[in-house]
Amino acid sequence: MSEITPDVVRHLAGLARIDVTDAEVDRFTEQLGLIVDSAATLKAAVAGDVPATSHPIPMKNVYREDVVLPSLSQEAALSGSADSESGRFRVAAILDEE
Amino acid sequence: MTSIIKKTASEQLELLRSGAITSVELTQAHLDRIAEVDGIVHAFLHVNATGALATAAEVDRKRAAGETLPALAGLPIAVKDNLTTIDEPTTAGSKILEGWVPPYDATVVSKLRAEMMPILGKTNLDEFAMGSTTQFSAYGPTANPWSTDRIPGGSGGGSAAAVGAFMAPLAIGSDTGGSIRYPAAMTGTVGTKPTYGAVSRYGLIALGSSLDQIGPVARNVADAALLHDVIAGHDERDSTSLPEDLGSMVEAAKNTSLAGVKIGVIKELSGEGFQAGIQSRFNESIELLKAAGAEIVEVSCPSFQYAIAAYYLILPAEASSNLAKFDSVRFGMRVTPEGNPTIERVMAATREAGFGPEVKRRIILGTYALSSGYYDDYYGSAQKVRTLIQRDFDAAFAKVDVLVSPTAPTTAFKLGEKIEDPLAMYLNDIATIPANLAGIPGLSLPNGLADEDQLPSSIQLLANARAEKKLYEVGSVLEKAHENVWGKRMIDFAPEVKAGA
Repeated sequence: MSEITPDVVRHLAGLARIDVTDAEVDRFTEQLGLIVDSAATLKAAVAGDVPATSHPIPMKNVYREDVVLPSLSQEAALSGSADSESGRFRVAAILDEE
Repeated sequence: MTSIIKKTASEQLELLRSGAITSVELTQAHLDRIAEVDGIVHAFLHVNATGALATAAEVDRKRAAGETLPALAGLPIAVKDNLTTIDEPTTAGSKILEGWVPPYDATVVSKLRAEMMPILGKTNLDEFAMGSTTQFSAYGPTANPWSTDRIPGGSGGGSAAAVGAFMAPLAIGSDTGGSIRYPAAMTGTVGTKPTYGAVSRYGLIALGSSLDQIGPVARNVADAALLHDVIAGHDERDSTSLPEDLGSMVEAAKNTSLAGVKIGVIKELSGEGFQAGIQSRFNESIELLKAAGAEIVEVSCPSFQYAIAAYYLILPAEASSNLAKFDSVRFGMRVTPEGNPTIERVMAATREAGFGPEVKRRIILGTYALSSGYYDDYYGSAQKVRTLIQRDFDAAFAKVDVLVSPTAPTTAFKLGEKIEDPLAMYLNDIATIPANLAGIPGLSLPNGLADEDQLPSSIQLLANARAEKKLYEVGSVLEKAHENVWGKRMIDFAPEVKAGA
């Protein structure tokens, strides 16, 4: 059986910074449980000594010349933000009052 | 003008070069077609008539003045809405990016502009390219032009339907687990996923960074090759961009013989689970390849049975990380809850309102796969499976030049089916996912109609990394063999687009 419970889904949604409704929790618990159960076959498939592949075509040390190239203006970089002030992104309080 | 839009991209280019039509006429003909049928198909999220016609007029002016023009100048194109475009909205099919106008162009878009191709607009997709039906677009599904109550495939259903319904001669797609090839299979069109790194992904809104690749969508192999050659090439703004030149796909598509070519049929991608009408068309194509001179062998890829399970850990893990950037701060939606909320509360409320069900599902799944305590069992095991799948391909390509399978296990199903059953939905990509896990190139070619439902079936060609030329060499020969048998092109079987058909 899957270890995906409603509490696990709520915890994961919290880590991912997504508010979820009770209906979503119920639906995701069932669906994620099935997906995770189907993934359990993988562990057995790689029981031997198999190296991991993180990138299909490995590359190392990709550099370019250390020269200044044209980049976005401050105005362009801020153009998509919901709120900005004095050339900076403006956000709600970082810390709780407590 | 109807006859012009039904011509191939190559034929349209010939008419432009000879002066028989202007780019403004050709672009307007496609805009007229969009006005005529896109109310039914819904391939486009945004149409940029003014911009497209301005580029077209510029091409016409230069041509009239006798100036040298790029090879595809004046030929219109549609672009999947997960590539950034200056001065044109880019949503990736998500509410969280509604109204966002990027301050920069994707490298591929820059190349299209340098080629002076009028960009008709941005095409629909499953939200952030997560899906195989286009039904997870926050802006409503795209319909399959062949039968408008059916899925066009996804995630790039918009690009495939735009090309399949003659709203654009060519389009750009992106393929993370089959999002170019699967829609091609559903809509009777051609789509190529190049080798990982062959086309720059700068400006592609990332889904799975170790899997994503941009590629061409077209109505035949030669047209796909034209676009492939325009968008491929090294880009120092993408650190995964391959430094080497992989050759001319246009030249490869001129091939006429398969003498000396060895083709492997993937044993694990046939039989059970594959629709009978797809399998019989596939078997006929194997005979056509043989008749064209190819040697056919059966190849076993035993680790493919784990591909979907591995993919649905790796992809969500990467997606959950890539989509962390949608945090209400730098771009896109911001939802501020009542009271005096902290930024974390704003983020959570924004992401709840801005993301759809499939995106939330995958972010939460990816967060789980990367959690401490589960990482080794899930994500770690999936990465090892990836090695096994690469080994299967290595062993196969030591024996053959090209591998073949059906692109999709079934023809296009009805809109609304499987939408609450993610595991059933994920099976759509059973034949396309292995190529993304291994980074190799794949091309989906129309393969006639399935007997039971008269809907498009498709054959997938796979080649070793950096060997996409072989896909075009084999694909063009098989396409000609099909046309000889049918007496027409695949797209000529397509019925007129009608609502609710």
